[in-house]
Amino acid sequence: MLFKLGSFFMKPGAKMALLALAIVFPALASNEYQVYVMASAFVWAIAVYGLNIITGYCGQLNLAHGGFFAIGAYTLGLLTSDAGWSFWPAFVAALLVTAVLGFLVGVVSLRLKEHYFAIFTLCVGFIIYLLMDKWEELTHGPVGVRDIAAPYGFGVVDFTETTPFYYLVLAFLVFSIWFMGRLSRSLLGRTFIAIRNGDELAQSLGINLMRNKVLAFVLSTTYAGLAGALYAGMVRFIGPEEANIIHTFDMITYLLVGGIGTLTGPLLGTISIVWITQSLQFLEEYRMILFGPLLVVLVIFFPRGITGQFLTWMHHKAQTLSPAKKEKASKVQTATSGEVKNNA
Amino acid sequence: MNLFFQQIINGLTLGSIYGLVALGLTLVYGILHIPNFAHGALYMVGAFMSYFFMVDLGVHYWVAMAGSAAVVAILGILCERLVFHPLRNSPPIHDKIAAIGVLLFLEATIQMFWGSDFRRMSSPFTGIMNFDGLIIPEQRLLIIVGAFTLVIGLQLFLRKTMTGATIIAMAQSREGAFLVGIDSNRVAMMTFGISGALAAVAASLYAPINLVYPAMGHLVIMKAFVIIILGGMGSVPGAIVGGMIIGFAEAFGGFYISTAYKDIIAFGLLVLILSARPQGLFAKGAH
Repeated sequence: MLFKLGSFFMKPGAKMALLALAIVFPALASNEYQVYVMASAFVWAIAVYGLNIITGYCGQLNLAHGGFFAIGAYTLGLLTSDAGWSFWPAFVAALLVTAVLGFLVGVVSLRLKEHYFAIFTLCVGFIIYLLMDKWEELTHGPVGVRDIAAPYGFGVVDFTETTPFYYLVLAFLVFSIWFMGRLSRSLLGRTFIAIRNGDELAQSLGINLMRNKVLAFVLSTTYAGLAGALYAGMVRFIGPEEANIIHTFDMITYLLVGGIGTLTGPLLGTISIVWITQSLQFLEEYRMILFGPLLVVLVIFFPRGITGQFLTWMHHKAQTLSPAKKEKASKVQTATSGEVKNNA
Repeated sequence: MNLFFQQIINGLTLGSIYGLVALGLTLVYGILHIPNFAHGALYMVGAFMSYFFMVDLGVHYWVAMAGSAAVVAILGILCERLVFHPLRNSPPIHDKIAAIGVLLFLEATIQMFWGSDFRRMSSPFTGIMNFDGLIIPEQRLLIIVGAFTLVIGLQLFLRKTMTGATIIAMAQSREGAFLVGIDSNRVAMMTFGISGALAAVAASLYAPINLVYPAMGHLVIMKAFVIIILGGMGSVPGAIVGGMIIGFAEAFGGFYISTAYKDIIAFGLLVLILSARPQGLFAKGAH
């Protein structure tokens, strides 16, 4: 029973309803701009799913995530504009580049623990930003990259239109979530969680810490690269600001609001915050006056975000509804709470 | 040869500022084991408070600096009470995220009041001293002397007074400090207060030869983190030595290698050091 509760998102009904809603969304939207905003929310959600692997499941706060997002965007941008590649080969290259760079950074940074890792990745993120800003021969410096190719639809669809692009991003998002769902229930996903819950304990179970952490890191940077490449294909003009640390902080906010270390969380958090920001357009520049304290309040009072809070509430409800099973349920809960949390 | 000495002065100036900022960061880390990402925001608020007192209220530079130190010290104490105290038993990742929340909030608030323009803050010390061809602007001399005075004062406070000793005791062993009856709340608040005041003074000293703007804390805080990793997290002398290393590396690297990339030097150094020694340069034991 608890497994069902914990797997709200896993229920075929809920999943299909969400997917159907996403598919009909362009028809429901009152203008094209809303479709565009939703597509960009999906792009960010993919990146947040990546952050969720290393930070949510594996417990390592990676502050260079926005930097890898920008690397994905820049790889695609530079290959299509300067090197004259077409979109899809450049897209694959962007994924490979972020994966390889993620591997190199991961091998060095993951030897560090906790605070050292966070500070190190903060610096890595900043180096990425500085390189994009200063290395003018390669990145065009502050001018940014223009004339980025749009994805071509092999003569079938035209992805320069907003709605087809929306479906393209949706397809990638669905794949990302599906993959994440498989991952979180696999032995590998549980290994990541074991590392988060205590790396010494995990090690004593025979888990190779370094190999698993690096794998989590590479997966997460590849997600960031995927999102970055899609982003570049969508806006078709990028600058060093994409690597600004503020984007990493935005993603942490999305993740935390939705529920860190959960499967539904990144999607819920990203979509809700992107739309709240959209409806408070006047706040754009000052949104952090709200989101800063929101982050603090969340980590103090609701460290598991919307999804976590929902699960706790469902659990309480289930317990009060069946007092007879209460004792049994609480026993089960203590035994499986770790899994409930992580499969939500 | 003269240019070389000029770089030494530049290195000392930068090192003094970085050292003061890193000192506050390392004190907080020593007591609470929090990497306070909001420390750079406190530094920035310090500069804006001095600017506000001097330009808008028209008070003297020294008074403005003292006022700014007081305001930021109170801000630091508030952070401890409202944010970090409630999180003392949470997983470490929560502290870091909360600190980021505070950083974003302070930056956005300052930006709302003052905008994101670059501002210039003048100090009464605009003269230039000439020692037989060696030119030292007064403000730079003030920074160096001011930083050294503060560091010595802080050392005396920590080593020679009972109140200061409680901070050291707490940094050495939390349980031990509790056993001898040290009030951890008081020590934590005091540490945040001192750390905020140091950041504000550093910002007020540096602002006249730099610019004042909401994002001014970013680079400084990241360099301060590099410094405390170099010097060992929680170590007071380490923060000063580390500050000087980074200050000199930047002054000489910027002059002899490349001005455009001088900001990368600190981070490159960090990457190199942590790749070779994951526990930092002078760290004793694991935290």
